[in-house]
Amino acid sequence: MTLNELEVGKTAKVVRLNGEGAVKRRIMDMGLTKGTEVTVRKVAPLGDPVELTVRGYELSIRKDEAAMIVIRG
Amino acid sequence: MANIKIALAGNPNSGKTTLFNALTGSSQYVGNWPGVTVEKKDGILSGTKDVVIQDLPGIYSLSPYSLEEKVSRKFLVEENPNAILNIVDGTNIERNLYLSTQLAELGLPMVMAVNMMDVVKKNGDTIDFAKIAKALRCEVVGISALKNEGGLEAARKTVEMAKKSVVEKGPGKQPDVPHVFTGSVEHAIAHIEETIQGKVPARSIRWYAIKIFERDRDVIKDLGIGVGEMKHLEEHIRDCEKELDDDAESIITNQRYDFIKNLMDKALSKDECRRNKASLSDRIDKIVTNRILALPIFILSLCAMWWLAVAEKGPGTILTDWANDGFLGDGWHLPFTMHEVDGKDWDTAQADFAKAEATVEAWEAGEKKASVEDEETGEVSEEWEIDEAAYEAAKKAEEPDPGQFGVWVPGIGAMIGGALEKMGVGDTVKSLVVDGAWGGVATVLGFVPVIFVVFLFLAFLEDCGYMARVAFIMDRLFRKFGLSGKSFIPMIVGKGCGVPAVMAARTIENERDRRMTVSLATFIPCGAKTVIIAMFAALFFREQWYVAPLMDVIGIAIIVLGGIALKKTRMFAGEAAPFVMELPAYHMPTITGIWRHTWNRLKGYMLKAGLIIFPACVVLWFVMHFDFGFHLLEDEQIDQSILATVGGWIAWILAPLGFGTWQGAAASVSAEIAKEQATATLGLVAANMEGASTAAHITNLFGSMSAFPKLAALSFMLFNLFVPPCMVAIAVTFREMGSKAWGWFAIGFQLFVGYVLAMSVYQIGMLIAGGGFGVWTAVAVLVDLWCLWMIFRPARKEAV
Repeated sequence: MTLNELEVGKTAKVVRLNGEGAVKRRIMDMGLTKGTEVTVRKVAPLGDPVELTVRGYELSIRKDEAAMIVIRG
Repeated sequence: MANIKIALAGNPNSGKTTLFNALTGSSQYVGNWPGVTVEKKDGILSGTKDVVIQDLPGIYSLSPYSLEEKVSRKFLVEENPNAILNIVDGTNIERNLYLSTQLAELGLPMVMAVNMMDVVKKNGDTIDFAKIAKALRCEVVGISALKNEGGLEAARKTVEMAKKSVVEKGPGKQPDVPHVFTGSVEHAIAHIEETIQGKVPARSIRWYAIKIFERDRDVIKDLGIGVGEMKHLEEHIRDCEKELDDDAESIITNQRYDFIKNLMDKALSKDECRRNKASLSDRIDKIVTNRILALPIFILSLCAMWWLAVAEKGPGTILTDWANDGFLGDGWHLPFTMHEVDGKDWDTAQADFAKAEATVEAWEAGEKKASVEDEETGEVSEEWEIDEAAYEAAKKAEEPDPGQFGVWVPGIGAMIGGALEKMGVGDTVKSLVVDGAWGGVATVLGFVPVIFVVFLFLAFLEDCGYMARVAFIMDRLFRKFGLSGKSFIPMIVGKGCGVPAVMAARTIENERDRRMTVSLATFIPCGAKTVIIAMFAALFFREQWYVAPLMDVIGIAIIVLGGIALKKTRMFAGEAAPFVMELPAYHMPTITGIWRHTWNRLKGYMLKAGLIIFPACVVLWFVMHFDFGFHLLEDEQIDQSILATVGGWIAWILAPLGFGTWQGAAASVSAEIAKEQATATLGLVAANMEGASTAAHITNLFGSMSAFPKLAALSFMLFNLFVPPCMVAIAVTFREMGSKAWGWFAIGFQLFVGYVLAMSVYQIGMLIAGGGFGVWTAVAVLVDLWCLWMIFRPARKEAV
């Protein structure tokens, strides 16, 4: 399952990051690494992006960026 | 001894700016890093003469991908700062330490200032500084920049460490740097360090080795590591990748965070009962980014901004009018000191006197009727019949003395004029100084209230954290045409003034997106452009009330369609930039913080404006009042002026738009100095038209320019609203673009849009109104079809 499929309010653990280059690096730099717990806080009013709680702070990423993150619920 | 240079580094939203302001006070210097549009700030540490604090851009990491990171890296490894002051957000410490580990590996003396300790304490959390200091081999102190506690001490400690290291520095001495990685990775790094021995300063050898392990292309290139050498190192790197089943970059990142997690387990204890309680920020966001309420709240804040800046009775307009007419012009009454004289208040007394003057003028010219016109629209506001008796009575009227109606402060314009008269200066020079030179300065200063109000409101929204939410809410919309939610903010700002709008594009990290936003931001009609809309709506489109709001709609349409078209061109095409953005906790901005934020921007605007608008106005005054023989002209002789002649030379360019006369050209050119000049200039160049009022003059002017005056007026309005903005905004555009070529691109694009829009409306409008089909109609249609194709063609697939 990928992060964009996780329901609002649910928590999961990051298993792997697909993708490459600047986007992937950026996502990792912000703390979304293997084994990290991530919660989906809410979805923006227009449907995208999503707000995540990661390592104690709020991070916003787009759904297709979230699709690069493989999780385990 | 040379300067001590301290690098101030930390995450965005960590309170770095507040700390920097506290440390450097008013000695700040704000500019740009060379060659890039990233803001560069430095200042002298308070209480010292030779300690420079270099503020680095807020960064999350030292990776080689974003401009801010590259600029920071370059400074840290090439410019030899003596020490690093790393500011860390104590309420968000895990992610903040990710950068800290990287900074520590540079081998420079470092002090970590853990900020927001007041909030940490309030949350009931504790942080063990000693453990962190040991793990990262640096000094760690707690501060609260907002409360001004501990910042200066932290800076002084950093200076001490810097001085110590300068003294103790030995050649090739390797300092104590943290080792955050595990067995095989450390092994590989050691190998790499051996290979690059001597190519890099000894103290940073570890940082470089780690970068090479990550296959950082910039570092590999800068160190001149040959293909052969790299192949050898690749073996070690690949071994690690195979063993840990991941790529090098990910391995490093993961292990850093693992190290931090372990450290936090030992050094950070969070208050358990607070852990699951929603924070204040969360509760605010429940409403502000709520699925249903977010958009209405957002629109409300837009309306608030609009009201502040350009609403008729709003603070922006009141201040602008006071500035233009009162403070800089004739004068003003101190508030609360006004009272009536003889049963009349100041405004009534002035109006009565104006009527008396009009009566005298009309009777002496042999007229039977007198009239006064409304200052803003130029239309006749009152008309009455006069006879000898009325004339005699009017002659006796005395000009009301403002001093009798309250405490009167003469305006600067009046004072200058008065002083010149006393000195016995001739009329020409007086006109040059008061109308030309002072007029120029007054134009610049007259903008300041609107810009000030807009900047203030924005500074508040930015500093409290709301702006990030705006980007979050609007992102989906902006994705559609290749931008991100961050591009929306400049457009909102543009409703007040285009200058801060273009400057606001700085927060967009992706260079391509930034350039596109800068090119598009000024299509929203700003405060000055609204003046043009108001005049034309009143003169030509009384019945068509929808024309005024239509201009805003057209502005938005141009941004959307223009964005879509540009995104499909080779220079802007490519993968959408990642939109990975932190939503910082809300906090109440400090007054000093907002003030400084606002003042920096305002200062920059005034300087630029002063250097550009002021001379331009003097030149304009000159070409309006003189002919080529340098004779001073009367107002009605303006058609003999230099302006008229030169205007005539270029007027043919505007012919397909319906206002191809020297008057149309002159008004449009003057609009480039400041958009509202268009209305004033129109009034002046129409002075020798038929008609009893300025309004009549202008209406007749358009009647003389085209068989379809309303259409020509619409075309004129569209042209001046949607071509490049005023000179100051153009200057800022060039600066934010970072290169002359891109600046010219933006200007060219805007010129094209404004011209084609006006031409199409005029030509096709003429066709519909029965004006026949001509060459230009065909041209208009063809260009329009090309534009439609640019918008609707399939997008390019390949990223560039």
